[in-house]
Amino acid sequence: MAFLNGLKCRECGREYAAEPLNVCDFCFGPLEVVYDYATISEVVSQDSIAKGPLSIWRYKDLLPAEADDPVDIMAGYTPLIKARGLGKTLGLNNLYIKNDSVNPSFSFKDRVVSVAATKAIEFGYETIACASTGNLACSVAAHSARAGVRAVVFIPSDLERGKIIGAAIYNPVLVAVDGTYDQVNRLCSELADDYPWAFVNINMRPYYAEGSKTLGYEVAEQLDWRLPDHVVVPSASGAMFTKIWKGFNEMACLGLLDGVPSSSFGVDQNTFHHPAVTTKMHMQQAEGCSPIATAWANNQSQVIPVRPDSLAKSLAIGNPADGIYAIKVIENSGGSAYAVPESDIVEGIKLLAETEGIFTETAGGVTVSGLKHLAESGAIKPDELTVVYITGNGLKTQEAVEQVVDPLAIKPSISSFESVFEGAK
Amino acid sequence: MGKQRVKFTFEETLVKQPVIFELGQKFKLVTNIRRADVGEDVGWVVLELDGEEDEIKRGLEWVSSTGVRVDPLSGDVIDG
Repeated sequence: MAFLNGLKCRECGREYAAEPLNVCDFCFGPLEVVYDYATISEVVSQDSIAKGPLSIWRYKDLLPAEADDPVDIMAGYTPLIKARGLGKTLGLNNLYIKNDSVNPSFSFKDRVVSVAATKAIEFGYETIACASTGNLACSVAAHSARAGVRAVVFIPSDLERGKIIGAAIYNPVLVAVDGTYDQVNRLCSELADDYPWAFVNINMRPYYAEGSKTLGYEVAEQLDWRLPDHVVVPSASGAMFTKIWKGFNEMACLGLLDGVPSSSFGVDQNTFHHPAVTTKMHMQQAEGCSPIATAWANNQSQVIPVRPDSLAKSLAIGNPADGIYAIKVIENSGGSAYAVPESDIVEGIKLLAETEGIFTETAGGVTVSGLKHLAESGAIKPDELTVVYITGNGLKTQEAVEQVVDPLAIKPSISSFESVFEGAK
Repeated sequence: MGKQRVKFTFEETLVKQPVIFELGQKFKLVTNIRRADVGEDVGWVVLELDGEEDEIKRGLEWVSSTGVRVDPLSGDVIDG
């Protein structure tokens, strides 16, 4: 069973039953899941988690959906890899990569959609929907196929071919909108009021977002129940960033970290900081869409929306809903935010590929280049335990790196090969 | 009749403009502010518009034409 008490407005604190809602009726603030931590603390342990399935559902007691029969395509429990090659290049001796690009639909979105789809089925929905620029569309279509319900996926009609095929293969109702992503977005917001569908990141959002907490749980578990000194995370809306932090703090409060006794959880579940959580949270955004990083750098009390113009389309949210909450996390953790120059994104992709054999999408290029900046600036010391999150697969954004294709062209003879190969060495 | 929840974001040059007042004057719309944060250099207002759907659409187009950014309330959470 799910141990949740209901929903609560993050702004005015009004409480609601656990229903398909995402906005407070009174102040229009965002709603957040409220858990029954007292009961959770009685049932969850390192052992109970270790006995669970090799997916996000090993943390079922900490997720807001009934987990007896989840919509599970085995999202999560992705590798945590010691990054010797990248670490050597950057002068970091204790660097790990959380490789979430190997999820079933090739991005971290499978974590959040698995939770949202499970909740949608629990609520009785027969259609799961979303607006997307790619990763979310693929994941929603895949999970709907698994659940045996209809998927309705809205995309801009000029989306990259690879992403369209990556979603279409699961046979959703694929709606290609002749408009910009902002227009698709606006349309879906209006449809959500009129159609009895589970829009995963609209009316399912409070539940959906919680799936990202598992990115925090898994890293702690894979590090033998301890937390890293630093994490480096890409960010669009800021939701995943805040949820990793929430996951770390929940583990500390519930006594799931080695050497940390359980304690009561704070009132503000998004910004509460357990003293045992000393991880510094470093956010990376692309310069062409960096409203959170800009607000943090300028010490602004608000995140000023921007019009995205970035190669990293999966990070291109100009008006990030969780931006202000993400800044609180940066401040509480002693972390940082950085706007990675657009010209460094492809270099980051190539650096990760050439040193670790991992092909990431443009968001991963942002993250790796941001990590490089942190290492070069001395913000991360050589021996500090650092985890960098790679959240999407490079096969989805091949257009960004087409220039790497430069084969040695030869005739089918040894002499031709050797003449060219010698010159290329 | 319809209702729409929207978020207006005002940049520094527009913070002092009575855009919401004019929206109610120029169009047959009831504006109901629910939450806001207005500083010297930027401000945002979350509000509900009540009126005919075409009137809401025309009103929002006019607001956008003033330079104020208009977002659907839940629109900024959709990522890709």
